[in-house]
Amino acid sequence: MSSFLSQDVPLYWYLLLSAALFALGIVGFLIKRNVITVFMSIELMLNAVNLSFVTFAHQWHAVKGQIFVFFVMTVAAAEAAVGLAIIIAVFRARATLAVDRIDLMKL
Amino acid sequence: MNAPLHLWLIPLLPFAGFLINGLLGKRLPKALVTAVALLAPLGAFLIALVPSIDLYLRYYVIQSGGIFGPPKGFPPVVETFGAWLNVGTVHIDFTFVLDQLSLLMLLVITGVGFLIHIYSVGYMADDKSYARYFSYLNLFLFFMTTLVLAGNALLMFVGWEGVGLASYLLIGFWFQKPTAAAAGKKAFIVNRIGDVGFLIGMFLLLANFGTLTFAEIAAKLNANPAWMGGVLTATALCLLLGATGKSAQLPLYIWLPDAMEGPTPVSALIHAATMVTAGVYMIARTHVLFDHSPFALSTVAVIGAVTALFAATIGLVQTDIKRVLAYSTISQLGYMFLGCGVAAYSAAIFHLMTHAFFKALLFLAAGSVIHGLAGEQDMRKMGGLRKKLPVTFWTMTAGVIAIAGIPPFAGFFSKDAILYAAFQQGTMGKALWFVGLLTALLTAVYMFRLWYLTFFGESRSPKVHAHESPWSMLGPLVILAGLSLVGGWIGLGENLGRFGVFLAPVTGVHVAASDGDHLEVILTAVAVVIALIGWYVADLLYRQKPSRPAKLAASMPVGYKLLANKYYVDEIYGATVVKPLMATSTYFLGWVVDKAILGGAAWLLGGIATFCGAVLQRWQSGNIRSYAAWLTAGAAALVLFIVVPWAEVLANFGIHFNMAGH
Repeated sequence: MSSFLSQDVPLYWYLLLSAALFALGIVGFLIKRNVITVFMSIELMLNAVNLSFVTFAHQWHAVKGQIFVFFVMTVAAAEAAVGLAIIIAVFRARATLAVDRIDLMKL
Repeated sequence: MNAPLHLWLIPLLPFAGFLINGLLGKRLPKALVTAVALLAPLGAFLIALVPSIDLYLRYYVIQSGGIFGPPKGFPPVVETFGAWLNVGTVHIDFTFVLDQLSLLMLLVITGVGFLIHIYSVGYMADDKSYARYFSYLNLFLFFMTTLVLAGNALLMFVGWEGVGLASYLLIGFWFQKPTAAAAGKKAFIVNRIGDVGFLIGMFLLLANFGTLTFAEIAAKLNANPAWMGGVLTATALCLLLGATGKSAQLPLYIWLPDAMEGPTPVSALIHAATMVTAGVYMIARTHVLFDHSPFALSTVAVIGAVTALFAATIGLVQTDIKRVLAYSTISQLGYMFLGCGVAAYSAAIFHLMTHAFFKALLFLAAGSVIHGLAGEQDMRKMGGLRKKLPVTFWTMTAGVIAIAGIPPFAGFFSKDAILYAAFQQGTMGKALWFVGLLTALLTAVYMFRLWYLTFFGESRSPKVHAHESPWSMLGPLVILAGLSLVGGWIGLGENLGRFGVFLAPVTGVHVAASDGDHLEVILTAVAVVIALIGWYVADLLYRQKPSRPAKLAASMPVGYKLLANKYYVDEIYGATVVKPLMATSTYFLGWVVDKAILGGAAWLLGGIATFCGAVLQRWQSGNIRSYAAWLTAGAAALVLFIVVPWAEVLANFGIHFNMAGH
């Protein structure tokens, strides 16, 4: 088989890897205080989802899932550009990257 | 068919004058403002005059073989300018009708109106709101001509409300003066009460006839002569309420004396000659309805007679020259109602016309006196003006003689026609006749009292240098004096007189013609003698022994106080109507409804929202990670809900859903 996804590796391994990555992302998102780490966690979750898409697309021989991945990657890139710009602006204004300290909207 | 008369031009010319002077008047030169203001009524008068001469020649001279031959009358000219309302079976058009009645009213309104416009040029020359004054005056003419020409009740109502508006604006013309502003408001509010009656009357007409067109209503009623009383009485009484408001009759007359706060030419035009006669005109216009309701008709007569006497007694003791004339106007309008009430509509309209001449004259002459005395209106401070204001004196004399009913002046003929008609209406008619006669006596007394106090004796305020008015004011006085002299002569003639015959196609013939038993001659003689007695009494009291009236008043303190305070009617209305209304508004509507119920409900709603906000704001911690935790928890719950086969899980616990197939 010419596919880089070996037929020897069963489907659920991919899915488990995807779920593990997603869970790692969630945990990092929830417990880390540094905004940049939080941001990386979000990227991790997006990529976990991408992995699921690709897996299913291969499994069902449907190209839609792979196309979706490109969309997700595009959005992730845009999000990274905007998010990093916001983070720089926040750092300049508040001289901190700790999410707990960025709470001006709080009552 | 006749060539169109372009009746729409008659109201539209004054309206154009109103727009020009009202919108641009401040920027235009005064001469131009004057020209616009005068041309509007003049144009309307000429437009009304041309067809009237034409019709007169065609129907009264050519077809009847001479002025004195039996006249045939002309058919009403109906001109429709488009549909207004088309709702179901109700069709209301913009229709103007020119018949004998509206033609006569038009000539009086635009003719007398034009004279008063000329007079105003002199009277208002120094007022800084010159253009505003004339724009209001033109607006009044627009609405009044609409009222008179209207072919249906709704269009008439538009004019009716419009003249009320113009009246309000002109009474409160000097709105810087609190009394003037209050008087305008009073007139407007009191008129509203009457207008409610008119409105309900219209609804009843619509409900019972399905139309508001006067001609159709008359045709339906004429086709059913047996249809009497009942709902027709109710309709007529509602319309009568409207008429009493506009024409200042009991019980709604109280606004007219206060309306004298406005400029004197306004009092002459609106509150004497034209607008206040709208009620009489309305009754004459809908007279078929009243003919089918004897009760409503007698109510009209009684209201008229009582008002005439009531107002005349108050007029006896007033000291403000304009207020005397105001009460006199109410009294004379009472005569017109009396005439309508005994079904002598043509006599009432006849009196309306002559009254327009002599009462406009009296008001304008009084205005000339006031003008000459730099604003003094109290007759106790006048006197001896005969030599200083000769033209005013002589013209006013003509007016006084006319209103007192001394031949050959105009008032004699029209008043006599009403009294004669009343006398023929059975026992009640005789009583009404007697009241009318008594009023005639009082009329002569108070008018000659005014005359003596103003023009005779010694000047009671010698410091003021009285001066005669300019000719722009005296000219209209002279013309009106002439009309007050000859205006009644058109009532001469056999039977109903030429005037009655002229109007007969519209008003019908209800009064039995003189049966030649000298009754009319006797009644006439009695009326004249009564008027002369009134003159003699006034002469005795106010010229020969000027100290007498004070002694007379002192000998009857109760009666005098009652009259001087106008029977305390304003106070009674204040205590019985105004105060309860104010109290209800302040305490019930203001405190209970507005503050407690509405305010409380608003406060409650606001409180609920604030409380909910206070609870919900706890969720907004501002901690991003707590938001993230909630988000995660939510997503997890959603996944759990979708992934777990709940139906089977629950079925294991013995819980079943009613699903298809079970």
